[in-house]
Amino acid sequence: MPMNWIEKFRQKDLAETLLNRINNSLKSSRSYKIMEICGTHTVSISKYGIRNLLPKHIHLISGPGCPVCVTSQSEIDAIFSLISEHDVMLAVYGDLMKVPGSGGENLLDLRARGKEVVIVNSVLDVIKLAASTKKEVVFVSIGFETTTPQTAYLILEAHLRQINNLSVLLYNKTMPEVVSLLLKDEHLNIDGFLCPGHVTTVTGEELYYPMVQYKKAAVIAGFEPLDILQSILTIVEQVNTQKFNVVNNYKRVVSGSKNIKAYNLMEKVFEVSDAIWRGLGVIPKSGLKIKEEYAYFDAIKRYGVEIKKYSEKKGCRCGDVLKGYVKPTECEMFGSFCTPENPFGPCMVSHEGTCAAYYQFGDECE
Amino acid sequence: MCLGFPGKVLEIGEFTAIVDIAGTKREVSLAMLPDEIEIGDYVMVHVGFAIAKMDPKEAEETLKTLLEYADELDREV
Repeated sequence: MPMNWIEKFRQKDLAETLLNRINNSLKSSRSYKIMEICGTHTVSISKYGIRNLLPKHIHLISGPGCPVCVTSQSEIDAIFSLISEHDVMLAVYGDLMKVPGSGGENLLDLRARGKEVVIVNSVLDVIKLAASTKKEVVFVSIGFETTTPQTAYLILEAHLRQINNLSVLLYNKTMPEVVSLLLKDEHLNIDGFLCPGHVTTVTGEELYYPMVQYKKAAVIAGFEPLDILQSILTIVEQVNTQKFNVVNNYKRVVSGSKNIKAYNLMEKVFEVSDAIWRGLGVIPKSGLKIKEEYAYFDAIKRYGVEIKKYSEKKGCRCGDVLKGYVKPTECEMFGSFCTPENPFGPCMVSHEGTCAAYYQFGDECE
Repeated sequence: MCLGFPGKVLEIGEFTAIVDIAGTKREVSLAMLPDEIEIGDYVMVHVGFAIAKMDPKEAEETLKTLLEYADELDREV
């Protein structure tokens, strides 16, 4: 039945209805600046050509919601130092493979030179991998709240089963602090947010209460075209009436409550820490570190990994793209020195990166 | 950031379930699923973990709202 739902949430005639309704709701005297925080939304918006279907009054801006993209250059470089200096096997989610280090090489290049880099789809694969080899395995953990409990589970499982040849390079980041930063950014001045549906299954709706306090629309959206159009309509209506509240348009998946089971996993293993974000620099309390009790599984401690404090690569405007300051097409490197085949910055690497989505689906400059 | 795939629950074990994701059977962890599930339910799967039970009634409600918009538009025309 869900496959059937997928089709139902892509119906062309209903998309036209929603577009008509959005058009009829617009006030000609103003524009509407809407930010999608989730990389999966960015991909859907580009893939279904939604940006180009919307009236000119509506500006869709991508935010810092692609985990690989917001991973700072210093964190990326630390992965390269680790694998160069130690005889370890790296386990990574696939979208990390083409991210270039400051030296220009990516993990595919390292693998071609004989380094062991394994792509995994799940931490369940990491457990199997580590249990099947005597080699030291390092899992590079990148993600937000939806992906972080799984890494906590991995560490607890490794602890329980005494899988001692496993450690985790923990780069996970958390959403509330970056949301707060976006809200305070006067340069951005967002009217409403398309809120990330799957993150909300973990955080609950409470993540978005500050948005409403700042008089911004906050609408939890699914990832099909009708989900996105319906949520844009809700944002436009809230902006028009200036009555702001958190609306959940993705009730088929999101209950709105915080996932206590997921938070229990995270709180058992991790504690709050500062984190360095690409383009945004150090954001206090926006990251995690492994608690002392599980320090044995911390790759930073096991291998003495040093993470410096620089955030990005010179010449790359990924940081400005992540803050919504510029569109990918405004970067001089876009499409010339930086393409998905030969990416310069991570926003062009990750499938969910804003630049990659613009390039792949031909989103044009407004 | 968080791509999810809907899967139909085929078998339920102590800590994991077998789900059908677009025709492929996969074992998924239930370690972070807050809800009880039964065979035949649908769950949203992210990186090998069921993260939420899906609610068919809510899907129909949302679609009903959208169809009402279409009806309203027809009347206006």
